[in-house]
Amino acid sequence: MTPLPGTLSAPLVVEFPFTRSLGPVQSAFLTGLRERTLLGVRTQAGEVLVPPVEYDPATADELRDLVEVGATGTVTTWAWNPEPRRGQPLATPFAWVLVRLDGADTALLHALDAPSPEAVRTGLRVRIRWAAERSGAITDIACFEPYDSGGSDSDPAAEPVPHTVAFEDPVTGIVAPARLDYTYSPGRAQTRYLHALTERRTVGERCPSCAKVYVPPRGACPTCGVATTDQVEVGPRGTVTTFCIVNIKARNAEIEVPYVYAHIALDGAGLALHGRIAGIPYDQVRMGLRVEPVWSEDGRYPDHYRPAGEPDADYDTYKELL
Amino acid sequence: MTPHRPGREVAIVAFAQSDHRRRTDDLSEVEMVMPVLHEVLRQTGLRTSDIGFTCSGSSDYLAGRAFSFTMALDGVGAWPPISESHVETDGAWALYEAWVKLLTGEADTALVYAYGKSSPGSVRDVLTRQLDPYYLAPLWPDSVALAALQAQALVDAGDTDEPALAAIAGRSRADAAANPHAQLPGARPQGEYVVRPLRTGDCPPIGDGAAAVILAAGDRARELCARPAWIRGMDHRIEAHSLGVRDLTDSPSTRLAAERAGAFERPVDTAELHAPFTSQEVVLAKALGLDDTVRINPSGGALAANPVMAAGLIRLGEAAARVHRGDSDRALAHATSGPCLQQNLVAVLEGENRA
Repeated sequence: MTPLPGTLSAPLVVEFPFTRSLGPVQSAFLTGLRERTLLGVRTQAGEVLVPPVEYDPATADELRDLVEVGATGTVTTWAWNPEPRRGQPLATPFAWVLVRLDGADTALLHALDAPSPEAVRTGLRVRIRWAAERSGAITDIACFEPYDSGGSDSDPAAEPVPHTVAFEDPVTGIVAPARLDYTYSPGRAQTRYLHALTERRTVGERCPSCAKVYVPPRGACPTCGVATTDQVEVGPRGTVTTFCIVNIKARNAEIEVPYVYAHIALDGAGLALHGRIAGIPYDQVRMGLRVEPVWSEDGRYPDHYRPAGEPDADYDTYKELL
Repeated sequence: MTPHRPGREVAIVAFAQSDHRRRTDDLSEVEMVMPVLHEVLRQTGLRTSDIGFTCSGSSDYLAGRAFSFTMALDGVGAWPPISESHVETDGAWALYEAWVKLLTGEADTALVYAYGKSSPGSVRDVLTRQLDPYYLAPLWPDSVALAALQAQALVDAGDTDEPALAAIAGRSRADAAANPHAQLPGARPQGEYVVRPLRTGDCPPIGDGAAAVILAAGDRARELCARPAWIRGMDHRIEAHSLGVRDLTDSPSTRLAAERAGAFERPVDTAELHAPFTSQEVVLAKALGLDDTVRINPSGGALAANPVMAAGLIRLGEAAARVHRGDSDRALAHATSGPCLQQNLVAVLEGENRA
């Protein structure tokens, strides 16, 4: 969505591949899809569940009795999707369907490629259209398509067949990529903070109750639970309250190790913020070191802090900020 | 199944909610939540330090902000350290956890809040990430598509039709005209199909919002509220995740939760149902056996404002507020979670008539 005018915003993409292992029943089902074979699992009550699960949804019994069912079936409910969304099985308008495959007692969710909603109804006979390239995933079924079975809606001949032969090279896991796109807006307090940074000023916010100055501000005093109100310019200089020496390079980081990462209490701030220390050998950084910001090339944030050339701060001046 | 009678009197004594809006770009989550927290504290005269237990419900996926609930907690004032918990689902389940905490006697008061900021992302797609990762999530079936499959099943079963669904939409938004917090106050056209058979009017608005309630036990509740909404029973039940193994036209989990909560012992006069889609109200009214004598969703329900993760808690809050005002003596409140009403919570709230 486009944000309201005047507010800061930035695109934020959350994307990760989930690597998931499969149990014996899911492995058989997804390997079967790769081999264009549809497997279900039979419960102790005699029901055939497709898609199959490892445990009976009704009794929690462990299920292992695999059976083969048909690649044709009957629509049990449907919904016409006029505007397919990213990641969905078809890019042109299609029907979402629950399909009870011949020989199964439960229904599978997938897409039905049909020319229009008028061509779809509950009870419609359909068959699987296999994907050209199959890897052992639910998307090995490209979609369903209408299937003319000769005028009859039912196919009583289909009975599940026991499946006893193990597949070669079974699928043992899936990688499920997930991506979600956001437009991030930081809210009032952080917007004020970011605007001030563009002017090379660091502006915290004071709690009206306890008077603590938060840098960076997040809009609330976490001690008092009230909105921070007054803007207070702090720094630019500050004191190293504590630090660590980073010896392992982070992936994609351009900074050479070892380097120093520190807590820095800017003058006037009620708590320390994080920053990198440079311009001094890493083994000479110390608590109490007085530092000043070195702004990034675009001048929008302090890239790091360097020694300010002052005598070290007395411990008593920052001991409450550790 | 026989009702489970709670061993301690616990009531909802305060309720507040934000104005629900399509977007809140000007507010961070804590900036959105804090005013409703302050409002329930103001209603009761309590301070954070008086609260025995704090519990919240939210989901980081909505706005894409990791650990957002820890930042929202800044609005509570959690120092000195408070007794606190969080659920990654609707705040109605946070209320359930707080209720259990009060039943144990470990606390006498609880603050429960929930918030959802759907505007930064695409909530239809975000909700696909709660689905079975093997068989469902790779197909990205969005929340409207799944609800539409359920709606068509209801149409096929003869339980409803498009005019009946439109009537639910119309009644909900007309009622919402009296709700100053609603996002969609007043009736509006049903619009085009989003996913057939559901039209725009059958779907909830997408938006941002927050809500909070305070629970209190026994005489503490009577001190804090002129007419507490006593929780006579509350239960939640879940069904199988796979849509293909469920009868989508029924909600046995709602019915069972209602039985356990004692909802069927005597008639209720009000029901606040968490039905984001018109068709889901049909399922719930059927499962609960609600007839014309019951006022359904006088607030406008989730069809008028649906801040995801808070909309269920708001049903409990709206039902309680109706008891507080004396507009209801016995109300049913319902919350749902998961695709096609997979998980359901039912509470029965009562007011005491004073001589």
